[in-house]
Amino acid sequence: MRYRYIAIRLLQTVPVLFGVSVVVFIIIHSAPGDPVVNMLGIEATDENVAQIRQAYGLNDPLYVQYANWLGGILQGDLGQSLTQNRSVTALIASRLPATLFLAVASMLIAVVIAIPAGIISAVRKGSASDYGVTLGALTGISIPNFWLGLILILLFARTYNVFPPGNYVPPSEDPVAAIRHVALPAITVGTAFAALLARQTRSSMLDNLNQEYVKMAKSKGLGSRKIFVRHALKQALLPVITVAGLQFGYLLSATVVVEQVFAWPGMGRLIWSAVQQQDYPTVQGTVLVVATLFVLINVIVDLTYSYLDPRVSAS
Amino acid sequence: MSGENPTGGSAGTDDSAGQTADESTKPESPTGFRRTWRGFRAHGLAVAGLVVVSVVTLVGIFSYVDDAFLGNSLITSVYYSPFAPEFMPLQGPSMAHPFGTDTLGRDVLARTIYGAKVSIQVALTAVLVAASLGSPLGVVAGYLGGTVETVVMRTVDVMLGFPALVLAIGLVAALGFNLTNVIIALGIVYVPQFARIARSTALSVSNEEYVDAAKALGYSTPHIVFREVLPNCISPLLVQASLLMAFAIIAEASLSFLGLGVQPPTPTWGQMVSDGSGYLTSAPWISLFPGAAIFVTVLGFNLIGDGLRDALDPRESAERRF
Repeated sequence: MRYRYIAIRLLQTVPVLFGVSVVVFIIIHSAPGDPVVNMLGIEATDENVAQIRQAYGLNDPLYVQYANWLGGILQGDLGQSLTQNRSVTALIASRLPATLFLAVASMLIAVVIAIPAGIISAVRKGSASDYGVTLGALTGISIPNFWLGLILILLFARTYNVFPPGNYVPPSEDPVAAIRHVALPAITVGTAFAALLARQTRSSMLDNLNQEYVKMAKSKGLGSRKIFVRHALKQALLPVITVAGLQFGYLLSATVVVEQVFAWPGMGRLIWSAVQQQDYPTVQGTVLVVATLFVLINVIVDLTYSYLDPRVSAS
Repeated sequence: MSGENPTGGSAGTDDSAGQTADESTKPESPTGFRRTWRGFRAHGLAVAGLVVVSVVTLVGIFSYVDDAFLGNSLITSVYYSPFAPEFMPLQGPSMAHPFGTDTLGRDVLARTIYGAKVSIQVALTAVLVAASLGSPLGVVAGYLGGTVETVVMRTVDVMLGFPALVLAIGLVAALGFNLTNVIIALGIVYVPQFARIARSTALSVSNEEYVDAAKALGYSTPHIVFREVLPNCISPLLVQASLLMAFAIIAEASLSFLGLGVQPPTPTWGQMVSDGSGYLTSAPWISLFPGAAIFVTVLGFNLIGDGLRDALDPRESAERRF
């Protein structure tokens, strides 16, 4: 049963990913202006332009271009960057680790802060700490991340020299330095994420604390700590996992902006510079990879959920 | 309508016999709007949010008025001094320049006021575009079901396959960086959010008795969809709209911050924060004030959204999507 669910869930992503690739292709190809002229500059002769158009297959009908592009993707070839003398795949491969490192670090920080905060807030509903968590979460959701990043740099890097203002160090080279350098960007990205998780933890904890089985456990005379850990917490964390997965898209969106603040050499900066330079193959490839990553993470979340709660895959 | 409505003593005239239906029901139980407003008002923070948003909107409108009727005179004469004889860049906050001046000697307060206009304009229009495209789509999908539902919801799934801001960046990259295109991009990005909620609400509304009654009376499908089902899906859509206003403001500011939004010389909050990022230690006010404006405005919309949600449907969970 479970394997069948996994197979079905994986198969379901195929049309979504196909749709995503079509959307990316259509968006980029609806861009006005001729990318070849942009690439060669205004001094390009007509022959030059024609040559390049031929070489890049830009004279083919759109569906042929799409089919070629898709064929390439399936073989791991996302095309050639127009501005840098490298393949888009190589560019992405060089940038992806920095983004993933930042995303994972942000997620860890968010989880470590949010889940205990959400639990305390729910268990002590109406208390000062509940009020504090609720208000803190609201602030976390409302604060623009790029501004928060600048404030953190101003406070912790410039005024008090606690953490360096970004600059990626690969964890494989120097783990300690890597953690120090990722601290500020990860706090920046993680804040809003933590706020969302804390809210979700609080509300699903409250739902569960009011459930029959918790009341039942209480009436059986079980200690409140036991009830809490064995019954309420386990159930309450299920929706939190879902939200964490769904919000991973937010995390990726946030890294695009925050990478700019901290000069973080990840996918976000790659998309940004490609957009600035009208390097359409790179924009196309990076957006596709980010979206694919997001879709796949949602699948993993769904599968984790079904593992933790077998009722899901049975239905 | 009812011109003979008593001015003060409503309790005195209690001859309900000859009254029309809508007059007799009004004083008894509060209407949906009144009940909502009562619930909303009980939420102290929500009212604070409404006040904040109103102030920011008025400030935005003020800059329109200044543009249209005062020829920028007010702002120019009091605050705006790009080519003033005493060119004073990077001045800290003072009486003359409460928020300080930027690298070109422009008044940060005046530019922050102008930024309110762009922010509110973009967010409001984008959310309206998204709501007016997404809600009917979702309602039609939910009510009709079948192939229509499959097509709409699979498209929604694909759109939700993109992180919102990444899709917005892709769209402005293709369309070009200006006000209209930022609105179009954010409008498109938020369509699925409305479609999803409209569909799930429409699914439950479709089973209500008044929809069956409308069917039995032989009303056409468009009539039922748009006159019966859609109006009854408004509450969750309204909550979604106010929360999306908050996201749209952050998204617009993020695009501007990245230089992919509304272009200079039109001042936007995101752009101003970015301008000041190179002068963090020497002139922090350039970034701090417009950033605080974004923060306060977004907070306001979030408070309104939370208040509306509690007032309209206390059961709905806090789950949201970026």
